[in-house]
Amino acid sequence: MAGDGEKKPKLEMVQADGAQEDCVTFVMHDEDHTLGNSLRYMIMKNPDVDFCGYTITHPSESKINFRIQTRGGVPAVEPLQKGLSDLHQVCQHVLNTFQAKVNEYKEREEKPME
Amino acid sequence: MAATGSNVEEIRNLVVLEEFGVKNVHTTDFPGNYPGFQDGWDMKTFQKNFRIDVVHLDENNIEFDMVGIDAAIANAFRRILLAEVPTMAIEKVFIYNNTSIVQDEVLAHRLGLVPIKADPRLFEYKNIAEEFGEQEASEIDTIQLQLKIKCSRNPRASKESSDPRELYLNHIVYSKDINWVPLGNQADVFADSRIGAVHDDIVIAQLRPGQELDVVMHCVKGIGKDHAKFSPVATASYRLLPDITLMEQVEGEKAERLKRCFSRGVIDLEDVRGKKVAKVVNSRLDTCSREVLRHKDLKNLVKLGRVRDHFIFTIESTGSLPADVLMQEAIKVLMAKCQMLLNELSSAGTQ
Repeated sequence: MAGDGEKKPKLEMVQADGAQEDCVTFVMHDEDHTLGNSLRYMIMKNPDVDFCGYTITHPSESKINFRIQTRGGVPAVEPLQKGLSDLHQVCQHVLNTFQAKVNEYKEREEKPME
Repeated sequence: MAATGSNVEEIRNLVVLEEFGVKNVHTTDFPGNYPGFQDGWDMKTFQKNFRIDVVHLDENNIEFDMVGIDAAIANAFRRILLAEVPTMAIEKVFIYNNTSIVQDEVLAHRLGLVPIKADPRLFEYKNIAEEFGEQEASEIDTIQLQLKIKCSRNPRASKESSDPRELYLNHIVYSKDINWVPLGNQADVFADSRIGAVHDDIVIAQLRPGQELDVVMHCVKGIGKDHAKFSPVATASYRLLPDITLMEQVEGEKAERLKRCFSRGVIDLEDVRGKKVAKVVNSRLDTCSREVLRHKDLKNLVKLGRVRDHFIFTIESTGSLPADVLMQEAIKVLMAKCQMLLNELSSAGTQ
């Protein structure tokens, strides 16, 4: 990406000759099983996705190869975007529920003392 | 094992613990795997089935149940709690005088591992500029601490005593001897919070009369991935809820033996028409030792398993942040990762 200088691109796509839109391997830098497995789960839940998997190419390098193959001619970036935003929404919901329950617990603990 | 009608529910929901192995470990409820099931991602179904129950909460510990989520995401939270929630820890140790028996590098290593009570959310990461080698410590990214202590002979000790506590003053350097030196406007910003070591009684070094330590330390913000001293949790772990089903009624002496195979409180003996009958009271307390499967006559009476989407989280904090705040920060870290990738995708798309 122009003008980035030392900063490595976070996300790349492995380009191959004769590449189609629907089978793409993404390379994500500075990521590991934390995002890889949870993202894989969210994308697998998408009925348009034929294949989804990730590998850590070498344990000494912190990058993952994330492959998505879709069916029905859907471009592979779409399930990736949907998976990421779904995961974001899941985290938001978990955060809201967790905060609500913790506050509820703290209030319940204070009540007997009143 | 083929997914026939009767055991489909079991394959989808339960991890089965058998005598020689564990079955149905992986998540299989993806779209297309089971005919007749709608397994595509549906936010509403997730929100309906998802719940969190806080079992225990105090300043440094939290135990809560997370039900209705997949292992991939629960594990992501656990990994983030261990390695990617930032904390403040001592990074640079400037040793002006160390005449103790502890070597400089060993002392510096020990100081780095001392948990520091400072809210990492109020600090920035330090920029590592290669060109200068030594960056100025600014008030926004560094906490400066000082340890200056000298051991001396106690003039009031009696002649015959051999107890070091009586003979010497300051002969053990504790973490409470670490003092905070406010930089810039830190004195005003952190006027009411006590910045220093979390615990007062961590032994750092031992001294004898004449030995002294004069050390200045800089704390920076970091994550556990970089060095384990930055990990905010003593540990964070989860286990799945055990599931114990009795296949037939067990009574009398067999029930007594069955009760002893499980952890205390899991199985209770009820009095039914004069006979003692075993009943599963609280499977949550079980440690799943599978002891019952070692007894020939008892192993076919029970079915052991774990509920695949019910996670019992235990988080113990080292003290820099309360345990419930740590979980919230971990969830925010995962959200930030997703957001960053989404931004990359959208900026790559517009190019």
